[in-house]
Amino acid sequence: MTKTADIQAIDPFEAALGVSDVKGRSPWEDAWHRLLKNRAAVYSAFIMAFIILLVVFGPMLISWESDFTDWDYTSTPPSFASGHWFGTDSVGRDIFVRTLEGGRISLMVGLVATIVSLLIGVSYGAIAGYFGGVADRVMMRVVDIIYALPFMFFVILLMVVFGRHIVLIFVAIGAINWLDMARIVRGQTLSLKNAEFIVAAKACGVGDWDIIRRHIIPNLLGLVMVYVTLIIPQVILIESFLSFLGLGVQEPMSSWGALVADGAQDMESAPWTLIVPSVFLTVTLYCFNFIGDGLRDALDPKDRL
Amino acid sequence: MDAPAPLLEVKDLDVGFDTPEGEVHAVNRLNFSIKPGETLALVGESGSGKTQTAMAILGLLAENGHMRGQALFKGQDLLKMTTPELNRYRGSEIAMIFQDPMTSLNPYLRIGKQMVEVVMHHQGRAKAEARARAVEMLRAVRIPDPERCFRQYPHEFSGGMRQRVMVAMGLLCAPDLLIADEPTAALDVTVQVQITHLMSELRKRSNTAIILITHDLGVVAGLCDRVMVMYAGEAVECGSVEQVYYDPKHPYTQGLLNSVPRLDRPEDMDLVAIAGNPPNLLALPEGCKFRDRCPRAFEACREKPPMQLTEDRHAYRCFLGDPK
Repeated sequence: MTKTADIQAIDPFEAALGVSDVKGRSPWEDAWHRLLKNRAAVYSAFIMAFIILLVVFGPMLISWESDFTDWDYTSTPPSFASGHWFGTDSVGRDIFVRTLEGGRISLMVGLVATIVSLLIGVSYGAIAGYFGGVADRVMMRVVDIIYALPFMFFVILLMVVFGRHIVLIFVAIGAINWLDMARIVRGQTLSLKNAEFIVAAKACGVGDWDIIRRHIIPNLLGLVMVYVTLIIPQVILIESFLSFLGLGVQEPMSSWGALVADGAQDMESAPWTLIVPSVFLTVTLYCFNFIGDGLRDALDPKDRL
Repeated sequence: MDAPAPLLEVKDLDVGFDTPEGEVHAVNRLNFSIKPGETLALVGESGSGKTQTAMAILGLLAENGHMRGQALFKGQDLLKMTTPELNRYRGSEIAMIFQDPMTSLNPYLRIGKQMVEVVMHHQGRAKAEARARAVEMLRAVRIPDPERCFRQYPHEFSGGMRQRVMVAMGLLCAPDLLIADEPTAALDVTVQVQITHLMSELRKRSNTAIILITHDLGVVAGLCDRVMVMYAGEAVECGSVEQVYYDPKHPYTQGLLNSVPRLDRPEDMDLVAIAGNPPNLLALPEGCKFRDRCPRAFEACREKPPMQLTEDRHAYRCFLGDPK
């Protein structure tokens, strides 16, 4: 009698849980739930989202134009009274607007160069790793050769030949950054391609390209996503570095790196011109790193403590 | 009475691997055939070349592997085919079930998607039809609530359930030949029995020939028609289950059978391990490969014994029992 009672008790319990229409939780969803438990990553994501919104929509809301020079207020410290919340630079341009517009360039470089290196690097690495043999050797030697080019020399050469243009920055950074991605992806593919489910897919008659597309790449994505969150800040840093040296974006456009370079010159008389873009740059880089960290822990549960 | 034409006929198959230490001879001059609907067991200890035989048939050898010989499937030599040609057979006419169900499914794809992929690929069926077929197969392997299983991911399944999914996948396109590589090795005994029953039942229903690779002699007895015992890449004995189990001719087979507990033997009979280790596949000895471990070896064993065939098609590679 107790047995039937038990069984009767289970039914409403199951219904309450919704067990009967479980949809199946993908490893991605599991990772997502783990990510949400990582406070640093979640806060970073919110701050990052806020910065992105600010950078995209901020300049529209602020009454100053980025290239407007306010001769009454040159090198004024931050104040609400003047309307220049974060002060002005030596020619009277509003630092806040310039920082936000510079952020557009910095983030765009980060995003575009990363996407480029992602597309090239993942397909290149996956193909080299999967097919192996001669193809792998030739392809990876090409990577080694490009890797051996001195980066600054390469950038200066591009500038000399094509003149200064923002597209060149994308090209230069993209050309270097996919190399690491290709190497990492290749390494991972080498260990993946002997996994039993790949052999099983082959035994089912799935073609090579379908195996790469359907089985190899989805299994690489976790690793790639983590790496992407590390590449974006790296690219932003490279761009800042180039701009700091004067090889990057040109006036009147600016980027965080260019603003930091400008600010560094007036560091003693007008420190806010250095501090404001530096804070934006640093906070952004930290956020990406925390998000990357969170992703790594979420996607690789074996590493968790 | 004429025997029906064999479905698969393997002739003089050699499989070797190039390693820094030299060539590893994994399979040496192997011959066997299997008829439609027949079940053949390949048994032998680890490293005797069972799995590599199957891999060679399906063209799945590792990069440093190479093979010689013939594997005629319906008259076509599988070993000479290019990968695209082979892909027409793989999965549709010859399917394989792998040893470890925990790693044989892509963790990032839903079970259903992986199954539908195979059906659509080979039979060019529409998605809905492929889906119906996949669900039907999941039901056939007794997975409760196949519709739900269809939407789940591999990590949500136990080992036994995954192996059922693998069996279902192997049988999706109703292959003529199913190669099962130790399908029960990673499972516990109760699940082993279920999977074994499942396979024999499905075989009866669809007349699929099965090559069962195993070292579990119990599974063989329950499921198979014929047994081929392999040792160091060679067939040492081949015959019906009754012949091999009750009248083993080769000392290796005898040793193998004596090392397994059986219900039909006196309780106080000791289990005997075969002394020594299998020979180094890098440098195979001349003559009989089992000579060094054989309790009944004698002078003639320095030469390679020929395959001997009794009148009732029981073959063994040993000088003992040689009428001469």
